[in-house]
Amino acid sequence: MADDPGIDQETFDKLVAEGQPERVARAKAKAAAARKSRQAEAPAGDGASADGAGGGETPDQVQERVFNELVAEGQPERVARAKAKAAAARAKRASESKPEPAKQPAAAAAKAGGATAVAPAGNGAGDGNGTGVALTPEQRQQRVAAALAARAEGGPHERTGGVETKYAGQEHTHRLLAMVPPTGIQQIRGKQDDKAYTWPHLLTAEFLCLMAVTAFLFVFSALAPAPLRELANPNVTPNPSKAPWYFLGLQEMLRYWHPMVAGVTIPLILGPLGLVAIPYLDRNPSMQPERRKFAYMLFTMFLVAASALTLAGSFFRGPGFNWTWPWADGLWFTL
Amino acid sequence: MANIPSADELKKRLQDNVIYKSVFRPGSIYRKGYRDTSRDRALAAMNNVLYHLHPVKVKRHGLKLTYTYCLGGTSFFLFILLTVTGIFLMFFYRPAAGAGSEIAYLDMQNLRANVQFGDLVRNMHRWGAHLMVFTTFLHMARVFYHGAYKAPREFNWVVGVILLLITLFLAFTGYLLPWDQLAIWAVQVGTSMAGFTPVFGQQIQFALLGGVEIGPETLLRWYVLHVLALPFILTIFLAVHFWRIRKDGGISGPL
Repeated sequence: MADDPGIDQETFDKLVAEGQPERVARAKAKAAAARKSRQAEAPAGDGASADGAGGGETPDQVQERVFNELVAEGQPERVARAKAKAAAARAKRASESKPEPAKQPAAAAAKAGGATAVAPAGNGAGDGNGTGVALTPEQRQQRVAAALAARAEGGPHERTGGVETKYAGQEHTHRLLAMVPPTGIQQIRGKQDDKAYTWPHLLTAEFLCLMAVTAFLFVFSALAPAPLRELANPNVTPNPSKAPWYFLGLQEMLRYWHPMVAGVTIPLILGPLGLVAIPYLDRNPSMQPERRKFAYMLFTMFLVAASALTLAGSFFRGPGFNWTWPWADGLWFTL
Repeated sequence: MANIPSADELKKRLQDNVIYKSVFRPGSIYRKGYRDTSRDRALAAMNNVLYHLHPVKVKRHGLKLTYTYCLGGTSFFLFILLTVTGIFLMFFYRPAAGAGSEIAYLDMQNLRANVQFGDLVRNMHRWGAHLMVFTTFLHMARVFYHGAYKAPREFNWVVGVILLLITLFLAFTGYLLPWDQLAIWAVQVGTSMAGFTPVFGQQIQFALLGGVEIGPETLLRWYVLHVLALPFILTIFLAVHFWRIRKDGGISGPL
């Protein structure tokens, strides 16, 4: 129909004068020219579109128009090209799916009949040709008759391109082996996760992580010497004597409770056994934070308490394991 | 006429070598003909020793650093790092103490003063141990907040708690080995807490110390636990832990 719409010089000059980049201006001018030519053609081209394109534009034209429009909107060229391609594909599909008027009714009926004949175990109640239109009883009768006629003639089943071959002594091309509920198929689809390849995605990330940890440890160790005190002497008790930092929460608790509670019951029974029991006590199947408020609360309380005790034992306990303020009395803490 | 092959030619010859091919299995990224296709990516994972740890494909959300923070992986990697540095330290350390023969402590001083990189490796071992305890704790917290202990992963959480306890005990046993004031008094405090266990308190303390009080026997006992027994047990539980991750359907989530 239309040739290359060319560039609307007027629009181009105006846009360039406005300070738009030349690329954008050219695209917009092109779009403007296309619009103009379409407007000019519209009245005449109405009846002349009998070449099967339907909407007045061939897919190629749709592609070019959409591309120009998108570029004019400021989209990157790459995106515009992809979208234009998609639009063209849509247009093509739309024009193809239009019912073709010159189809012979008998052929259509044969086609539909063939479809029902080769798929007796499928959704037999549904319409074989997929139009979604309910058939009247008369039409259905017609179709059946046509199908039977087609089979009697021994014509190929159009729907499947005649792939089915009947073997000697075989009455049917298909056998029903099992009835499968539709959920059986759908569940398999529902389980498909969004997955990525371990190599290179996961392994690269892990490698970077390991390198970062190594680098950190290396630099830290080069800068900070690990402590080494004087030779062990069982007769000289340092004041204070502290456990390693991960046990300082327990040592802190020993200040408040009897050792049986603070040294054994909590760290050995409530601690590990409580942690082990978590998955068996928490039967709430949800993983969503908003549905696990109670569990979140309990565990956060545990973490906060453990951290507070450890921090107190580490930084706020001085000689005699008495309370001190680190900014006033200094630190008694060695890693 | 000297015919010097180009770098590409050399690479090709190397990769065609029988020995080279025997080392790198088909699908390895080092083999000739690796292309960045779905098939070769799958083969690269499948024909790698890391296939013991990772499946061919993983859930995409698990790749995000903000999902796992790589805490479990970091803990495991620190265990390896500690094994390597620990082996180095074992070359220069004897777990012997006692009046007049404070060999352990002297070895420590020698390590710091006279051994090439000795001080650096010791620092890495010590800071790495603290870091491993810390990342293991954080890993546990992360797993809890993601609800990753829920069915079918209950048992793997239990294995994780066991790993945490072994990690703590590993760190604690290592704490004694320098045999300085810091070490024995920290252990004194820790073992006296264990002595308060009801019924078996005395027996537990005796077993931990190898006597009624801290002495050379304690050092030897904790040394063996630290360098052999506990890493061995930890490795077994680690194997179960990693195996269960895969068997229980990979990483949990998404939320």
